Amino acid sequence: MNGVNVLVLTGYGLNCDHETAYAFELAGAHASRVHINSLVDGTAKLEDFQIMVFIGGFSWGDDHGAGVIQAVHMKTHIGDEMLEFVESGNLVLGICNGFQTLVNLGLLPGLDRHYQKRSAALTFNDCGNFRNQWVKLKVNPESPCIFTRGIEEAEFPVRHGEGKFYAESVTLDRLLKNNQIVIQYALPNGSPAGGRFPYNPNGSIHDIAGICDASGRVFGLMPHPEAYNHWTNHPDWTRRKEIAKRQGSPLDPGATVGIRMFKNAVDFIRQR
Amino acid sequence: MPARLEIALKDHLFDAEGEGIRQKAKYYFGIELSRVRCLHVVTIDAKLTFEQLVTIQKEIFTNPVTQLSSFDPLDVKCDWTIWVGYRPGVRDNPGSTAVEAVEDLLGITFGPNEAIYTSKRYCMEGKDLTSEDLEKIAAELLANDIIQQWKIYSAEQWNPSNGVGYIVPKVRLDHTPTLTTIPVDRDQSLQTVSNERNLALNPNDIPTIRAYFTDQNVQSSRAQVGLCEPTDVELEYISQARSDHCNHNTFRGLFHYRDLSTGQTEVVDNLFKTCIESPTLALKEKKPWVISVLWDNAGAGRFNSDYHYVITGETHNSPSNMEAYGGAITGIVGVYRDPLGTGKGARLVMGSYGYCVGPWEYEGELKPRLHPRRLLEGVIEGVRDGGNKSGIPTTFGQVLFHPGYLGKCLVFVIAVGIMPSQIKGEPAALKRTSVGDLVIMCGGRVGKDGIHGVTAASETFSEHTPAGHVQIGDPYTQKKMHDFLLEARDEGLIRFITDNGGGGLSSSVGESARFSNGCEIELEKVPLKYDGLDQWEIWVSESQERMTVAIGPQDLERFFDLSQKHAVESTVIGRYTDSGKLHITYNGKTCAYMDMDFLKSGFPQWEFEAEWQPPERRGLFEPVLNTPHDYTSLLKDLLSRPNTCSTEWITRQYDHEVQGGSVIKPLVGVKRNVTSDAVVIRPVLNSPKGLAFSQALLPTYSAIDAFHMASCSIDEAIRRLVAVGSNLDHIGGVDNFCWPNIQYHPTDNPDGKFKAAQLVRACWALRDICQAYEIPLLSGKDSMYVDGYLPGRYGETHKVSALETLQFSAISVIDDITRCVTLDSKLPGDLIFVLGTTRNELGGSEYYAHFGYIGRNVPRVLPEQFIVVYRALSDAIARELVASAHGMYRGGLGVHLAMVAMGGNLGMEVDLGQVPVENVDRDDTILFSESAGRFIVTVDPANRQVFESCFKGLTCACIGKIIAEPDFMIRGLDDTPVVDTSVQDLRTAWEKPFGDLI
Repeated sequence: MNGVNVLVLTGYGLNCDHETAYAFELAGAHASRVHINSLVDGTAKLEDFQIMVFIGGFSWGDDHGAGVIQAVHMKTHIGDEMLEFVESGNLVLGICNGFQTLVNLGLLPGLDRHYQKRSAALTFNDCGNFRNQWVKLKVNPESPCIFTRGIEEAEFPVRHGEGKFYAESVTLDRLLKNNQIVIQYALPNGSPAGGRFPYNPNGSIHDIAGICDASGRVFGLMPHPEAYNHWTNHPDWTRRKEIAKRQGSPLDPGATVGIRMFKNAVDFIRQR
Repeated sequence: MPARLEIALKDHLFDAEGEGIRQKAKYYFGIELSRVRCLHVVTIDAKLTFEQLVTIQKEIFTNPVTQLSSFDPLDVKCDWTIWVGYRPGVRDNPGSTAVEAVEDLLGITFGPNEAIYTSKRYCMEGKDLTSEDLEKIAAELLANDIIQQWKIYSAEQWNPSNGVGYIVPKVRLDHTPTLTTIPVDRDQSLQTVSNERNLALNPNDIPTIRAYFTDQNVQSSRAQVGLCEPTDVELEYISQARSDHCNHNTFRGLFHYRDLSTGQTEVVDNLFKTCIESPTLALKEKKPWVISVLWDNAGAGRFNSDYHYVITGETHNSPSNMEAYGGAITGIVGVYRDPLGTGKGARLVMGSYGYCVGPWEYEGELKPRLHPRRLLEGVIEGVRDGGNKSGIPTTFGQVLFHPGYLGKCLVFVIAVGIMPSQIKGEPAALKRTSVGDLVIMCGGRVGKDGIHGVTAASETFSEHTPAGHVQIGDPYTQKKMHDFLLEARDEGLIRFITDNGGGGLSSSVGESARFSNGCEIELEKVPLKYDGLDQWEIWVSESQERMTVAIGPQDLERFFDLSQKHAVESTVIGRYTDSGKLHITYNGKTCAYMDMDFLKSGFPQWEFEAEWQPPERRGLFEPVLNTPHDYTSLLKDLLSRPNTCSTEWITRQYDHEVQGGSVIKPLVGVKRNVTSDAVVIRPVLNSPKGLAFSQALLPTYSAIDAFHMASCSIDEAIRRLVAVGSNLDHIGGVDNFCWPNIQYHPTDNPDGKFKAAQLVRACWALRDICQAYEIPLLSGKDSMYVDGYLPGRYGETHKVSALETLQFSAISVIDDITRCVTLDSKLPGDLIFVLGTTRNELGGSEYYAHFGYIGRNVPRVLPEQFIVVYRALSDAIARELVASAHGMYRGGLGVHLAMVAMGGNLGMEVDLGQVPVENVDRDDTILFSESAGRFIVTVDPANRQVFESCFKGLTCACIGKIIAEPDFMIRGLDDTPVVDTSVQDLRTAWEKPFGDLI
């Protein structure tokens, strides 16, 4: 296979399409912004892509639960195609509103490969408001998640009003057991936030920030890795730059941890 | 029979919204609720089968993991129930997305009389609650009677099987659209009609209007289309176009300015021309980066060879004052249509806000319609939803509390966009309509909402102001339209585009038709929300989320294909002509036929008497104040003042990082909580260039002299940009004036002449300072009636006028974003420098305000002295010699040293004796004077010499150093410690007022 083709969904109030496509391009893929309706009417075909991204935004205004109407719309019109896309070994990523959509579709957590059952929810933040802040994330090294391979910690912004992960304890137990809890909100020292606000910004159970399915190929997270596409996105960059300069070792920007996450996906497709 | 679905969170789950209401009821009113649960109510007024209802209940409206729902009232334990729903005709965004979702899932289409309405049921528990308590919670916390209705039930009154009943707020007009003609036989009869219909025609305009309609040539040409006397469509059109909001009659007025102290007089003919237009056009000649100014919806500057940025600013004061959430969301969503309607269309990349409201904890006897706290919360939430749901980062903002804004609040909203410099080989910043182009309306539908918004904004707020102009913006519909129009633009389909804001179609079509010199509009084609609108209402309605677009007939099919793809409604409503006539028909019958150039015909210029009394003649003086001893407590108290303290809770509600280009965020520092001087974004992700943006607002200086208020606001905005690394060679400005009424009236506005003089002086400052700094004014707006009449304790009313206010916004292009700096101190051992001179300029300061004084020595801007310092600092930052840079603004040196320390979370030692001063010998003056032109900079000691050499011959002094210990120590002029505290204590003080809010 030559290139890796990424489908970035757009339309109906979604809004992180430009930077998500840009981040995948930086990671070496070819990214296309595709309107949901182009996928529904067949102008664009899922079979031409290997990675499908449900992006951040406010699909249908998030009026009846974040991501709910998007999930219903996608399931009604291209539900079977999406299942086939997942079953044939491709990758699906849901960021923020995309994560909310994946849990409403049932693609996550997808227990027992049951990809249409809603068994987890992302509900209103305990703090009662939309919140934009950077969070520290601890990555589960045992997780099968493709996207986080080789990454131990990350920092990304969260920007949501409905990001509190909730599931019944039977579901949670299975997620824990399967190592499907991929990333958790953490304290500055890297240990789990233990529900402490603002390190855990929304009251998520078990500090859950992102989960994957059992295969590790479907991944959803509330924080925005695409918003850390350049080293100057990080809130501490001016300080880090100054310190590095004093130490005589000018900052080598390299790829941000955000881009590394996308690169893992691209490498997986290339190497499979 | 409609169906009513109630949806609740499962009982064991935390209800964050309910908890928020519980806390506010306690905090605001002292009402103790023990538990609040919020239920969503969806009323489906459509013929659906039982199976269909169950399907949508399960698939759309109920999350099986977290929610329960029922078509019968849910049994929720409570002592009281409050139901809140919209009034008929108020925009119900969740209701319309519900229709979209239900139609999609069931594969059906709702009929014209079918709809879904959303409302809420609040279940309250608490001991000893009274019906008055519940009424207060409903009226002052949960609902606003302008847009909402509510019902309150005690446990006894609640019928568990009926619940709230079936409330369907459908608009029923039962009205046949009617065209009315209006007699113009006498001036008085036209004036009477103007008053009756709320046209707000200026009495001086009436003879010109009458002269036109009684002209023989006009009459004979009108006769050919079946018209004689003017129609209501025509008079409404004139009213809109001639309103102060659209036509800026005040700024274009004739001012007779007189300085009462010298007797000197001056006639100022047109402030807009002399102070804004001419200087900007002159600068455009000098500055090739200025692309487009003074004619379009927003101004444009060059970003790089491939892109232009565009910027504009608006206010939405009157609507926000009545319905804070609705007014503010409509304001921000509305200003976002301006860049979209600039040139052939720009993509939105950034927004910002400025709020001026009455005191947060106001407990006085005046009764504003909304308490300032509630008003501010509503405004914050409106801009939050409008910005966040538009996918546009809200990166900057300010809040200012002052009792003058009790009469009318100010809500400033600024929008920045980016457009390719060329589209299909043609300049993207240019547009025109031509004969044969189709007139297309895109986006939302037209209803009665928003009618007479423009004319209401041109009037003083009173209890008779019609509430109909309050709307609720719909960012979802607009976001779809935004994406659609940009795709159409990129395919080269758009020839002209402008937004439907103030004045609706009358304004957008009227203005676009000037290019081709005429148009024919078929009003019956305009899609309506409901039947029964009169023709004039369709023509002037300000229903939101609409753009007017001109395309060539050959592009029609492609344009409509794209419109359908993006699920946006577009309608051809007419075509452009070169007939010289605005010709409107309704079902083939003419309802307006006017000459395109009528509005340019000799309307009389507005005239104002302006009388200036200098501050000393107005009895202002410096207070007699001996130096304090306890500077530590004083500094902390200044940091705790509402206009100085942390407002992190507002910033965090705004998505300021969407689009992935955030470089300098609104909050910076180790703890990421100190307000940045300016923000920087990377609007073109693969370019190393950035856009820096800042704004400033210093209305308290107007209490002394609006000239210095304006100068200092401009200087502050510029310094904010310089502090992050901008360069003076490319700075564009946006002026937003908000002024009380300046038309003198012996009883209604006795100080009108003074306020007029203040306006003239502020405009002179704008002219002088922008010329000196070479800042072209890329855009600007004015809102001229910031007054309110508030009921008092005894049934009397008081006129409350705002301070004369200018919000100045500034934008700049950064060549290399990796050289930007932030304000926080970086490393122990770094040297602290002060740039610029501190003078005895405490007049209007936060320090004086703390003691209830105004004073007289207001800060002055000295451009020749300042510019060289700014250039030197830009140069030092570009050479990476600066570890941190921060301007000194409100609160002076003391407050802003604290910001640098809190930002770096490092202590500092400072010697006031080293601060460069001019005629100052007091510690308090050095610490709190708000002299313009100054910065605090920290520098690696290794760079000291080369840094100082950048400022050779300029005012620059090392006043101390950053230390590793968390101690904040300042030595006074007599070399003894005057401030000795910890950085943490400063932070505690600074976060005290609003630190608990999230």
